[in-house]
Amino acid sequence: MPTVRIPTPLRKFTQGNEEVSISGANVGEILTNLEAAHPGIRERICDDKGKVRRFVNIFVGDEDIRFLKNLETEVADNDEISIIPAIAGG
Amino acid sequence: MAEPAEDTIPSAREQVMASLRAKRAVCVDSITELIGNTPLVRLRHIEAECPGVELWAKCEFCNPAGSVKDRAALFIIRKALANGDIRPGMRLLDSTSGNTGIAYAMVGAALGVPVTLVMPENVTVPRKQVTTAYGVEIIYSSPMEGSDGAIVLARELAEQHPDLYFYPDQYSNDANPGAHYATTAPEIWEQTSGKITHFVTGIGTSGTVVGTSRRLHELNPAIRCVAIQPDDAMHGLEGMKHLPSSLVPQIYDESVLDDTIWMSTDDGWDMSDRLAEEEGLFVGHSSGANVAGALKLGRQLAEKGERGLIVTILCDRGDRYFAPLKWEKHYVW
Repeated sequence: MPTVRIPTPLRKFTQGNEEVSISGANVGEILTNLEAAHPGIRERICDDKGKVRRFVNIFVGDEDIRFLKNLETEVADNDEISIIPAIAGG
Repeated sequence: MAEPAEDTIPSAREQVMASLRAKRAVCVDSITELIGNTPLVRLRHIEAECPGVELWAKCEFCNPAGSVKDRAALFIIRKALANGDIRPGMRLLDSTSGNTGIAYAMVGAALGVPVTLVMPENVTVPRKQVTTAYGVEIIYSSPMEGSDGAIVLARELAEQHPDLYFYPDQYSNDANPGAHYATTAPEIWEQTSGKITHFVTGIGTSGTVVGTSRRLHELNPAIRCVAIQPDDAMHGLEGMKHLPSSLVPQIYDESVLDDTIWMSTDDGWDMSDRLAEEEGLFVGHSSGANVAGALKLGRQLAEKGERGLIVTILCDRGDRYFAPLKWEKHYVW
């Protein structure tokens, strides 16, 4: 199952876990399943229209999904997905 | 008619020199003397939405290294030098999400203090490039841990190498709010001829809002001083801190604040766009959030039919935030 790396500000949704295993064939499915497992997390990552918020970057391995196929980006079982705030706070 | 005494009439040369004096840019001994004394600009187009209330913004991007952080960096380094904290062979070490790093880099270079910075790996690329240009050493902390991760790593490094690093800790150093107490607040007071009714700005280390508010309250206790924080832990207002989910800076002093505004990333970003398009002020997202907060206050006053003069801070310029371009897709964090 793919691993999703969770940034500090979202760990309150994952019981403090830095990484969670979530199934899904692409990033969109992973986010849907992530929300099912950890309710409330999706709206911090995506806007009302379901698009990834402007200040959030999602990486599959080392690649930013904006430069791949966005939420359609395929994910393999051994892939690591990182959700990273575009900025670093204060 | 008797001719006026020669010494009462300035010669032509003196008149020319006098007229030049006012217009000539200052000459200084060191770039650090150009820190502060920033202009205050009125936001005439934005304030049209809150009739009767004036909105003014302090152009901190006019500081020599481009941000409000120049003031704190100068006061912090000056204090360290005065206390003999940085001995020969030692480096100044601090954590930063960017602008303080650039400010330390500039002041350090000008005053001959070597600088090491701990930054989260996800700070914007231009910040890394600018600090590197001044010749500082950068150590990266995890992009997953934000600025608190950088604070923790800087503390560890300082503890491990007490002979190598002097760690002033901008989050705990009273020279940080002290800089704004000594300079920003009196400048605003003078520039508004004491007519300021509200001061509003965001919290990063809280140095600007705490130091400025403390002094403004001394000058006139009726001035309302309001802080701005991102409305969620997961936000995109670079340089700003969401305190409920962060390490609270030691210098943070709630007693000098009258209120807090919770700002969404989208409102802050949208106001940055408006400032560029409607006022010709191309500033960063924290400045956008500050003006959005000022306008919110202004609207509240206008709705009650009250007048006011609100001052906020334009922390830095927008070009510090250019996103990596498409063809730079393999950029390294």
